[in-house]
Amino acid sequence: MAGTLAEKVWESHVVRHADGEPDLLFIDMHLVHEVTSPQAFDALRTAGRGVRRPDLTLATEDHNVPTLDIDKPIADLVSRTQIETLRRNCAEFGIRLHAMGDEEQGIVHVIGPQLGLTQPGLTIVCGDSHTSTHGAFGALAFGIGTSEVEHVLATQTLTGARPKTMAVNVDGGLPAGVSAKDLILALITQIGTGGGQGYVIEYRGAAIEALSMEGRMTICNMSIEAGARAGMIAPDDTTFEYLSGRPHAPKGAAWDEAVADWRTLRSDDDARFDTEVRLDASALSPFVTWGTNPGQGAPLSDSVPNPDDFADPGDRVSAQKALAYMNLEPGTPLREVTVDTVFVGSCTNGRIEDLRIAADLLRGRRIAPSVRMLVVPGSMRVKAAAEAEGLDQIFLDAGAEWRSAGCSMCLGMNPDQLAPGERSASTSNRNFEGRQGRGGRTHLVSPGVAAATAVTGHLAAPADLEASS
Amino acid sequence: MNAFTVHRGIVAPLRRTNVDTDQIIPASYLKRVTRTGFEDGLFAAWRANEADFVLNKPHYAASSILVADNDFGTGSSREHAVWALMDYGFRVVIAPRFGDIFQNNALKTGLLVVEQPVAEVERLWQHAESHPDQPVDVDLVANEIRYGNATTSFGVDPYARWRLLEGLDDIALTERHRDLISEFENGRPERLPSIR
Repeated sequence: MAGTLAEKVWESHVVRHADGEPDLLFIDMHLVHEVTSPQAFDALRTAGRGVRRPDLTLATEDHNVPTLDIDKPIADLVSRTQIETLRRNCAEFGIRLHAMGDEEQGIVHVIGPQLGLTQPGLTIVCGDSHTSTHGAFGALAFGIGTSEVEHVLATQTLTGARPKTMAVNVDGGLPAGVSAKDLILALITQIGTGGGQGYVIEYRGAAIEALSMEGRMTICNMSIEAGARAGMIAPDDTTFEYLSGRPHAPKGAAWDEAVADWRTLRSDDDARFDTEVRLDASALSPFVTWGTNPGQGAPLSDSVPNPDDFADPGDRVSAQKALAYMNLEPGTPLREVTVDTVFVGSCTNGRIEDLRIAADLLRGRRIAPSVRMLVVPGSMRVKAAAEAEGLDQIFLDAGAEWRSAGCSMCLGMNPDQLAPGERSASTSNRNFEGRQGRGGRTHLVSPGVAAATAVTGHLAAPADLEASS
Repeated sequence: MNAFTVHRGIVAPLRRTNVDTDQIIPASYLKRVTRTGFEDGLFAAWRANEADFVLNKPHYAASSILVADNDFGTGSSREHAVWALMDYGFRVVIAPRFGDIFQNNALKTGLLVVEQPVAEVERLWQHAESHPDQPVDVDLVANEIRYGNATTSFGVDPYARWRLLEGLDDIALTERHRDLISEFENGRPERLPSIR
């Protein structure tokens, strides 16, 4: 029977199928971090259970870690306790941990791909909703809660109903200065924050095939912001080239065998998706959010919308509340919105290519005196690579701060936070109320828009810089 | 997990869409390593900053059924959102649509989440606003919501419903299939990644 990519990966991992029950699915790789795991380990201890497959489990410290003074003990005692708890749990249950100071430490969704652990056709889970990132390699990867973390630790499986499938077909090519981030923000505004609910999205089409692995990860990462638990892209030569030679990638004959297998991982021509969406990449332009959920976005060339223009009463009220929180007036051109802070980083846009895009725009320029800019690499490997290319110096010369790896200001569990009322342009994934700090106001943007905004002091596109220099 | 059969409680009408899990419990409360005591973090920002927020109104202080608008529980996978709701005293959340991971977490933890059409949610809001002291029954045995003269039926995934009614431990259920898991493991190609 013809199948979609998601169905093929699901099918090949079913340990047990019984009518009227959810499938029992084998998990190839379980990634663990400090925030969603302590209660799961505790429950294992209470029940006298062990970790079934420590060899398929990898832990890192990312959400709480400071990005300054990382050689010193964490000042926040509650954060420090959470990190120390993870260290104790990993030692007790025999799980490899990339702790602060380790050269492989970083955001869980950056280190998996970088180590070559994220491979086509695998099932990958983590107690983190942005696990969808790994779908860029043709893996079926999704976020789980702490009860499910415990379930995977104990059994290396999960129970679940087979998800529905959605195809997002992106035709055409992205114009210059328009990135994967603009594409995914535009898609989320089009289908809404619940548009993908219950589906695994497969991104297809010329615009997707033309993307680098970094761009594909940005797209799959934000599938959850469209309500989908997972996003996937069929693996191709771009995927294989990225993986080749990475520490955990197969070598020699095993590599050839793997590639031959990976090439079969695509939706059959006659496979049927439960729903399909189409998007024209060539019609896109830099895209930013104006509201407090990722579906409240608009092209940068637009103005802040008028809530009265929303047909749906729920959307109208939601827009009114969002504009009040964001302190924005309907009709204000988005380019006139000034920001206090620019954040480049996160599992959405904290990879080397993202830093290169931002650095290219900042080379020979200074950020606006009124702006604070934080550049936080997604992993210590990304940090080292950026420093080897001299990107750190470009950021520092421009007046930005160059930090160590972690989730940082994406969710402000470490000291990197917005002050009440402060406004940011952020390459992260969520503009929820208070997400980046209590009372903070977030505009989600691409790395290019982030850099241009830092220079001008207001929301701006990369092209705006070229026009003025 | 405690079994869920029938619950009678006061409805708190939360007329908001897109209540993400960052609103249900902000990240600063996620640094704890314990499994209980999250009630202080529930809707922390709204409770602190909005005097007319529903849980700040005395009528709804003892509510145990939350009725919200579309897309409740979107965003972060934090199960702390479910724990905070339960620690505060909620046993049921009703909304037109839920975030996937939140819904999963709730049903695994014993918080009943019920999808109802927007029109029915509106009727429940009106009931709770005009008769805040009149309780609502949510009956998982009969798949019914009952209040005043109204009775509405609802559907929950049959397997999740069975687990809730029996209060079953998910891991113990899976452990019955240990042999199948071992068999599957033995068939996995050697080239697949492992940490060792």
